[in-house]
Amino acid sequence: MQKTLLLGDEAIAQGALDAGLSGIYAYPGTPSTEITEFIQNSRYARENNIHSTWSANEKTAMEAALGMSYAGKRTMVCMKHVGLNVAADPFINSAITGANGGIIVVSADDPSMHSSQNEQDSRALGKFALIPMLEPSNQQEAYDMVHYGFDFSEKYTVPVMLRITTRMAHSRSGVVRRPEVRKPNDLKMPADLRQFVLLPVIAKKRYRNLLAAQNDFTRESETSPFNRYFDGPDKSLGIIVCGIAYNYLLENYPDRKLSHPVLKIGQYPLPHQLVAKMAAECREILVLEDGYPVIEELLKGFLGMGIKVRGRLDGTLPRDGELNPNLVAVALGKEDTYGLPVPDLVVGRPPSLCSGCPHIDSYYGLNEALSSLPKGRVFSDIGCYTLGALKPYEAINSCVDMGASITMAKGAADAGMVPAVAVIGDSTFTHSGMTGLLDAVNDRSPITVLILDNGTTAMTGGQNSPANGRLEEICKGLGVEESHIRVLKPLKKYHEENVKILKEELAYEGVSVIIPRRECIVSIDKRMREKFRNK
Amino acid sequence: MKKDIILAGVGGQGIISIAAIIGYAALEEGMYLKQSEVHGMSQRGGDVMSNLRISHDEIASDLIPFGQADMIISIEPLESLRYLPYLSKEGWLVTNTQPFKNIPNYPDGDAVLAEIHKIPHHIALDADTAAKEAGSAKAANIVILGAASPFLGMAYEKFEAAIRFIFGKKGDQVIELNLAALKAGRDFAAKNM
Repeated sequence: MQKTLLLGDEAIAQGALDAGLSGIYAYPGTPSTEITEFIQNSRYARENNIHSTWSANEKTAMEAALGMSYAGKRTMVCMKHVGLNVAADPFINSAITGANGGIIVVSADDPSMHSSQNEQDSRALGKFALIPMLEPSNQQEAYDMVHYGFDFSEKYTVPVMLRITTRMAHSRSGVVRRPEVRKPNDLKMPADLRQFVLLPVIAKKRYRNLLAAQNDFTRESETSPFNRYFDGPDKSLGIIVCGIAYNYLLENYPDRKLSHPVLKIGQYPLPHQLVAKMAAECREILVLEDGYPVIEELLKGFLGMGIKVRGRLDGTLPRDGELNPNLVAVALGKEDTYGLPVPDLVVGRPPSLCSGCPHIDSYYGLNEALSSLPKGRVFSDIGCYTLGALKPYEAINSCVDMGASITMAKGAADAGMVPAVAVIGDSTFTHSGMTGLLDAVNDRSPITVLILDNGTTAMTGGQNSPANGRLEEICKGLGVEESHIRVLKPLKKYHEENVKILKEELAYEGVSVIIPRRECIVSIDKRMREKFRNK
Repeated sequence: MKKDIILAGVGGQGIISIAAIIGYAALEEGMYLKQSEVHGMSQRGGDVMSNLRISHDEIASDLIPFGQADMIISIEPLESLRYLPYLSKEGWLVTNTQPFKNIPNYPDGDAVLAEIHKIPHHIALDADTAAKEAGSAKAANIVILGAASPFLGMAYEKFEAAIRFIFGKKGDQVIELNLAALKAGRDFAAKNM
């Protein structure tokens, strides 16, 4: 059988196409971006009119996917872990409405925070929503789980979460595809046209249905092909291992002969009987899970009575950060290995703004315009420009979540910090900045908002910006006065002029929007190369 | 045969291309492969590394354990040192000697090279110059791959074939200059092993 080399993200996308997908919805976010991009670049998807354009944010993506499910078709919605927070309202409520066409919510966690502001574990939110979850340990499982997940979603009319981590998303390995590509569903109304109407009287009924279905979900977990119990001779310890941590466990057994009983988890809720079997035959249980100690806490309970459970909570493994083969070796009492120490002269090489990046000129302009004021009044946001917090710019004082720059500046201004400045990118602004700007307009808050418009979603690789060159119109529409919407060209030669405009707007005691506009240097480079190639 | 390889460099230097070429050659040999890549924030001029594992037997972990890598292949000298904790005692370090200085506190160049020369098994060459001589400054990564090729457990022709495949769409000229870059690296390694 021919194996195709695929990233975990790509395996999920291929799995969705082969399982009869009708549309994917997403906002770019590392490490989930490549799922949607794979479908955007797929000729099969283009020829079969499979929806794949980017959504404005994860909430709109989740809702659009729910609409596609309502219409009876299979759909996938993808996001990074913190994107699931943005989509939390429709996500949690989709568990109550349930699905019609199969719906899979892919949430890509980033333990160790390679490219994120936290390392929250999506399994906690999946459990909170009371929906079944799948967690692959390799690319083949990621591929297979999509087909399985759609079937599960349609069988129980419930959304299914597929939880992955950075190492799963961005690791490449061979995948064998199913021999046949399944056709998408036909349009089909929900059997009950009130299924999606969450009026209290209906929601109560549907919630009870969801609670009752938990037993079915657990029963499915007991016999799932993704939950497997392996026997081992040494019963002093049993090991419960989730997702990709299974690979780190196996790495410690080069001959693949496990010394202890092992329960490999790939589907949630936890299979009670299999866990009970381990508890009955082993003296202690070690839990290996990448992310939060979700299972460990569950097994341990509040009082910590009963069988001893080891993992991230008792110091057997670190409480934070991703797992690796060495950490698992130590947890198993095996010998740790280490090469040579890093020489002292090796210094860090943090990411930095590209040479020629328009944000550099914007920050130098802003720093000078603010130079006569006490430092610490610039609220920023999530994107390449967050690197403006580092030397040599040190131009921003916050980065919390998508859109928080504008609303935090507003709150600080309400508190009397005037002027307060917000710095946000064009794509982040349309993702979650617009509503905050409306709040500021309605209160006439004295804030100066810089929307750094490089025409793209740069940090994640240059996806289309949903603003589509309409930033001024959007700001006007939200009620910002036209005379206080100023467009700059962030270039060294306009520095003095730009500083003057910035100072004027900082002095204005109302909402100003300044739009430094210049194309992302990486986008230009990509565009030029494509132009050259097509000649 | 099993090779665990750490690929190192700075975002944009082309470690993913090296991984793709070794990966293609390994698959043609019927080997298994796992490769963990770096995407996202760190690509903006920060340090990047990739774990590449090829083996005739099935591979478990996507990450190479510390102290067990057979090779570090680096396109930048300072970056080659960052991952020494991964290198096994018998492992080879193959690195470019030309620094990529995008940080204000880049250490003294000679001191960096002195640290590299302390590694028992190493190949250090100026891949930037060799690449220019081969026809393109951009091919420094392929020069380094050439210098690493004797230690990868596959015939040299396999890498040539992989380059022809990977760069196939870019035309004969690009293929030829990359083959020249590969050979320049290989020849250097042959003389300095």
